[in-house]
Parts: sequence; C-alpha cells; structure tokens
Amino acid sequence: MTTTVMYALAILFILGGVFFFATATIGLLRFPDFFSRLHATGKGDTLAVFLSLIGLALYEGISLTGLKIVFIAVFMFLAQPTATHAISRAGIKSGLQFWRKKGDAQ
Amino acid sequence: MNGFLLTVGLILCFLVFLVLYRVVFGPGVFNRIAAISAVGTKTLIILLIMGYLYNRVEMFVDISMVYALLNFIGCIAAAKYLEMGKE
Repeated sequence: MTTTVMYALAILFILGGVFFFATATIGLLRFPDFFSRLHATGKGDTLAVFLSLIGLALYEGISLTGLKIVFIAVFMFLAQPTATHAISRAGIKSGLQFWRKKGDAQ
Repeated sequence: MNGFLLTVGLILCFLVFLVLYRVVFGPGVFNRIAAISAVGTKTLIILLIMGYLYNRVEMFVDISMVYALLNFIGCIAAAKYLEMGKE
C-alpha cells in the first residue's frame, strides 16, 4: 500500500521533471538571443532536475543512496543558478547585444 | 517501473540530441557553453536511470554526483575565462 503510493508519487514527480526538461529544451532552441535562451534553460533545467531527483529519491526509499540523491538535488538547486548567473555576467561583460524587436527605439 | 524508467531515459536522450543542435550551430561561444551545461544536467538524470536499469544504483549515484560537481566547476571556469572580454 505505502509502496504503491510512493511509486505513484515518484512517477508523478519524474513526469513533471521530463515536462520541464522538454520546455527548457524548446526554449533553448527557439528563443532569439543568448540571454533569453539562458532565461529558459537556467530556470527550467533547475526545476526539472530538482523534480526528477526528488522522484528518484522517493522511488529509492530511505537509504544511503536515497540520501545521496537528495544531496545531489540540493547541490544542483544551489549550483545551477550560480552557474547561470556567472555565464550571463560574462556575456554582458564581453559585450553581447540584447535582442530588440524590429523598429523598437534604441 | 523499469519500463517507465527506460522510456524516460530514451526521451531524455532525444532531448540531448535536440540540444546538440545548439552546441554545433549556436552563434558564439556563450550559446555553446549554455547548451553544454544543459546537456550535463540531462546526463545526470540519465546516469541515475541507467543505474536503476542495471540494478547498480549505489555505484552510479557516485558517478552522478561527480558529474554534477564537474559540470558546475567547468561552467564557472569557462565563465571566468571568458569574462576578460573582447580584446
């Protein structure tokens, strides 16, 4: 009974993670410039990896391996926004242009 | 449950191939680094799913942890290197 509920929750979390991975990939492919692509992939991938790892930890149950998976989730939740911030700041400092609509005033 | 995990892994592999378009054709080095970071994030999940499929999770979870650390450090190092700007 309990394991069935845990498996259902795990499947739900992993499906949410796959959905956010798909949206982040579409954003990375379709957005017009570097900063908007980073906006899609930074936030989307962070939430997706968090959901997927929590789902896998629920599937694993309470053990050392599950604890390690939770540790990876917490670490990625801290590290992914930091990496995104660093790479976008490098982009600004090296003079990348922001994307504007055609005919928009400078 | 194994069939579900296999399906999720195959979907993630397909998404990795989609992101590889941005790695190969992306204009400029910054797009390539962002796409490489996205590929590394997906690889993390694929490694854990491979561990469940081979029944060796306790080994694959360490590989996955090291992959997360290396992905983060590589991204930070590339950003610091490229921050010197256009010269």
